[in-house]
Amino acid sequence: MSTGTPIAETTALAAPAGSPALLQEPGTLSAFWRRLRARPSAVAGLVIVGLLILMAVFAPWIAPYDPTATDWGNVRGAPSLAHPFGGDEVGRDVLARIIYGARASLGAGLVSVALAVSLGLPLGLLAGYAGGWIDGAISRLTDALLAIPFLILAIALAAFLGPSLVNAMIAIGLSATSTFIRLTRAQVRAVAAEEFVEAARALGNPPWRIAIRHILPNIVPAILVQATLTIAAAIIAEASLSFLGLGQQPPEPSWGAMLNTAKNFMDQAPWMAIWPGLSIFLAVLAFNLFGDGLRDALDPRQRT
Amino acid sequence: MSPQDPPVVSVRDLAKHYPLRSWWGGKGSVFRAVEGVSFDIRPGETLGLVGESGSGKSTIGRAVTMLNPPTSGTIAFEGTDLATLSAGAMRRMRARMQTVFQDPYAALNPRMSAGDYVAEAFVLHRREMRGPERREAVAALFQRVGLDPRFMGRYPHQFSGGQRQRICIARAIALKPSFIVADEPIAALDVSIQAQVVNLLQDLQDEMGLSYLFISHDLRMVRYLCHRVAVLWRGRIVEMAEADVLYADPRHPYTRRLLAAVPLPDPAAERARLAARDIGRHDQPPDGPLTEVAPGHWVAMPRIEAA
Repeated sequence: MSTGTPIAETTALAAPAGSPALLQEPGTLSAFWRRLRARPSAVAGLVIVGLLILMAVFAPWIAPYDPTATDWGNVRGAPSLAHPFGGDEVGRDVLARIIYGARASLGAGLVSVALAVSLGLPLGLLAGYAGGWIDGAISRLTDALLAIPFLILAIALAAFLGPSLVNAMIAIGLSATSTFIRLTRAQVRAVAAEEFVEAARALGNPPWRIAIRHILPNIVPAILVQATLTIAAAIIAEASLSFLGLGQQPPEPSWGAMLNTAKNFMDQAPWMAIWPGLSIFLAVLAFNLFGDGLRDALDPRQRT
Repeated sequence: MSPQDPPVVSVRDLAKHYPLRSWWGGKGSVFRAVEGVSFDIRPGETLGLVGESGSGKSTIGRAVTMLNPPTSGTIAFEGTDLATLSAGAMRRMRARMQTVFQDPYAALNPRMSAGDYVAEAFVLHRREMRGPERREAVAALFQRVGLDPRFMGRYPHQFSGGQRQRICIARAIALKPSFIVADEPIAALDVSIQAQVVNLLQDLQDEMGLSYLFISHDLRMVRYLCHRVAVLWRGRIVEMAEADVLYADPRHPYTRRLLAAVPLPDPAAERARLAARDIGRHDQPPDGPLTEVAPGHWVAMPRIEAA
């Protein structure tokens, strides 16, 4: 028995040369990247998401025209070299509007999900860890909200708040909150039953510290996956609200609003519908692919 | 350790009951997981707690540390009745009493590095300690339990089972407690690693004067490590004595059955043991209260026949 020296098997774990040894993260993040890179569909999703975000951020530099400028020579104009995606019913360049429309769609997806997480995570943590009547109250509220279909709730809230892109984001965010409460609560309850939580209690951790330091880090992966997948749903919801006139207001472009106008000109100018439709499809697909890949890569059972 | 020292832990008439609900959700009877358990643990002493699965061993361990407070009975730790402490005072008291759990993988937070995990003891109970000082203290603890301090930044999945249990032990001894509940600390480990961990626990006891409540079903390890042994059966202590006495002269029928169930490494002796053991005797009369049959040797005497 040698308590003073490391036992033999530790030598196999020798730290890589040159890395500062004390209290440093040992490549859990790089292991995660490795697992994510092993999934081509996830990488494709990530690349498309990245390109769309770049497109939205740098829209003024990329777009060939002002997205709200009308050109009477380009009314319902077919795709051409000057206007690769064609023109809309008042002669605005469809490509420019698609590029600018990414701001509304991605912005709505990110902002509404950020809102849903920032409300749902604390409430779910509270319900899952506090238990008792607090859990009962939050859970019944969640059940009531989940009984209403996501999109119907979002439409009702948006109609109540009044038509604007910001209100649409709030409506979508509030509608998605119940999902995050329920997911967080379930995850918290699963993690709280683990022995390391009892070990944390045995060491004298106060309840709030157990929730923040021991439970929260272990549920972040599940929340992250759900958030990514919910962004896809939120993009569809924003497009739907804008299609109904409850989201982005004209003349500012949004993929959903573009589809709404395009439905009147389907036979004369199909490109007015095809490009926004394809954009929504691509953005939603990309977020879903990335979310699925994220879920696989973050699965702790696949830790190496 | 000497008999006249006041006990570190003094448990009196400990009981843990769980309500059983009937199918319509109403109040049913109670399940008596632990009933009428009393024992003392003196400074530097190891009390072994043995018994079959479901006999209430872990329930006692978790009750003594108030992780799962008892239904009734008193637990005096260093003279303080733990039931009288507020939640905050109990958390501060935990610096003096620690637990080492059975499954060292489950007991480690998968998203906390080993160094942070051990350092948490100081973060909670030595608030005045600064970062570098804390890291040094953790490194010293790693060294003490036989881990390379360079691995402080590593995460639980990068360690073997024995190393993980060493991390748990390092955290348990970080605050120099006087008492540690070791709840089957070696049951989840390879046999080759078990002896290392037990020896480490023993070395730490000699060095720090620790008292252990050592919960196990490994009777040979208990004999090796424990000064006194309490045999638990159906939630009650049926026999308690110095380890040598208990193994040499078991009085209670259950203790005898338990000891007879230990396989022997010699094939001939093993055949004799299997032929001679008395498996069928579950119809024994109900136990009476513990009686001191010899100095320090307590046995629950059958109510009807005299032993």
